[in-house]
Amino acid sequence: MARLTILEHKSIADNMRWLAFSAPENLTYDPGQFLHIRVTDGVDHLLRRPISLCKVQGANGEQQAIGIAYRVGGKGTRLLADKKVGDTLDVLGPLGKGFKLHDGDKHAILIGGGIGVPPMVELADQLTQRGVKVTSIVGFQSQNVAVLIDDLNRYGEVLVATNDGSLGIKGFVTDYLTDERLGSADRFYACGPIPMLRAVQARMEGNVVGYLSLEERMGCGIGACMACVTSCVMPDGSVGYKKVCKDGPVFHAPEVVLG
Amino acid sequence: MTTMSKVDLSVEIGSLKLKNPVMPASGCFAFGKEFADFYDLGELGAICVKATTMEPRLGNPTPRVAETPGGMLNAIGLQNPGVEKIIAEELPHLRKYDIPVIVNIAGTTVEDYVNVTKRLMDSEDVDAIEVNISCPNVKCGGIQFGTDPQMAAHVTEEVKKVSHVPVIVKLSPNVTDIVAMAKAVEEAGADAISLINTLVGMSIDLNKRKPLIANGVGGLSGPAVKPVAVRMTYQVAQAVNIPLIGMGGIMEGEDAIEFLMAGATAVAVGTANFVNPLACPEIIAGIRTYCEQNGIERVRDLQGVAWKELAR
Repeated sequence: MARLTILEHKSIADNMRWLAFSAPENLTYDPGQFLHIRVTDGVDHLLRRPISLCKVQGANGEQQAIGIAYRVGGKGTRLLADKKVGDTLDVLGPLGKGFKLHDGDKHAILIGGGIGVPPMVELADQLTQRGVKVTSIVGFQSQNVAVLIDDLNRYGEVLVATNDGSLGIKGFVTDYLTDERLGSADRFYACGPIPMLRAVQARMEGNVVGYLSLEERMGCGIGACMACVTSCVMPDGSVGYKKVCKDGPVFHAPEVVLG
Repeated sequence: MTTMSKVDLSVEIGSLKLKNPVMPASGCFAFGKEFADFYDLGELGAICVKATTMEPRLGNPTPRVAETPGGMLNAIGLQNPGVEKIIAEELPHLRKYDIPVIVNIAGTTVEDYVNVTKRLMDSEDVDAIEVNISCPNVKCGGIQFGTDPQMAAHVTEEVKKVSHVPVIVKLSPNVTDIVAMAKAVEEAGADAISLINTLVGMSIDLNKRKPLIANGVGGLSGPAVKPVAVRMTYQVAQAVNIPLIGMGGIMEGEDAIEFLMAGATAVAVGTANFVNPLACPEIIAGIRTYCEQNGIERVRDLQGVAWKELAR
């Protein structure tokens, strides 16, 4: 837990903002982890907001910045959007289990939908540093809310789908999941809305192994309050609850039971 | 905490000796492991763990929480792995902290409460039982015991018969007459009372036109409920002769002081743990600072000063 200073804060699309914090010393993190952020120091908005880590800038040992990209939706994120460069925020994290990188992988497919796109940037960076070829497939409602495409372009091919066809193909990320593309991939990583994850999970089953990153309304963010549970297949084969904040947000794709 | 403070923060809840009056509230601290990553749990006055039922409970569907002005609604639904697993896997690690361990119990029938208590009596890791007769979030989840004085007295009596550790009864604020409830459980033999549990509430999602929480209703907690909790503590403290553990929206040391002045002997910290994992140690430090700045030598001297004739 730390008070982090805002270094950069700007609009990157309609109701989407980029915010970079000064990173605490000795920052350790994995792509796919999240920051749990208080949007005010008062008690009017009590709960923290979990927001995925998007990109860490600067090498270890020098001053680093942690970037997040978030959607301005409710009152809480509107308060966050009002924060200025130089303001400090109470931040817990990075928390949770992030995306796991595997030795021997040669090609990974990264799939992001809407506010599920941001965590793919740090993941793409770390994968390419390890020599893994990255193909990013991203989906948005429309061009005016599309974000981070240029950032992902630095790491490899980016394929875009929008619901209204205003950018890339008119359709869904799954339209890009051709047999040929799946055949060349060693692993996939996906984050986005539940219907997208459900479609990706079904398409990948038996074809490509991978991970799903989930979102759920959270309380504490550290595994104590049991608010953010999700149905999972347990080691004994039964279906039970796991905690998105502590056991996830990233899960092995086959273990997640999407309602 | 290494301060060489002269303030005596110790309090007693029946036979339980607490080095300071602060404990986490049940359901807001799981079984402590998550918070042990942030501080030494031995700094706490006591620890109160999540509600334990005879059988494992999956709890309610999600969303289980919603933020509300100055607070939050929750409907977790008493998710817990059941008393056997809790005895085997969750309680033993707490022993090393050398602080009283209070186990909150819940059930749907008097037999449930009695059976869980009997099973817990086989464990050496239980220093007190807190009887949860006030969970608003499960069907027949104990709240009927929390709203009827006779039923509250009955379950208290039966648990007392089988418990060889102090029995604390946790009251619901969702009643017309909190004093009647408190008197009923005191007469039935309760060693202490904790109050309050959450207030039943609801929030509607304007887009979905449905309650925000999957369960529909949830329990309201946080600073929004503090005045209700302080008022009930103030009323009950004057009507009973057993110690009170006051709770409801305590975020900082001065909030805790309010409850002590209202008549609580100790306090529990709930929602604040979700916002700030260091809430409990910071509240303990806040109480100490308040006492130092106000010339209070023993924190127990503050108990009930809001209504006792001779303050300090």
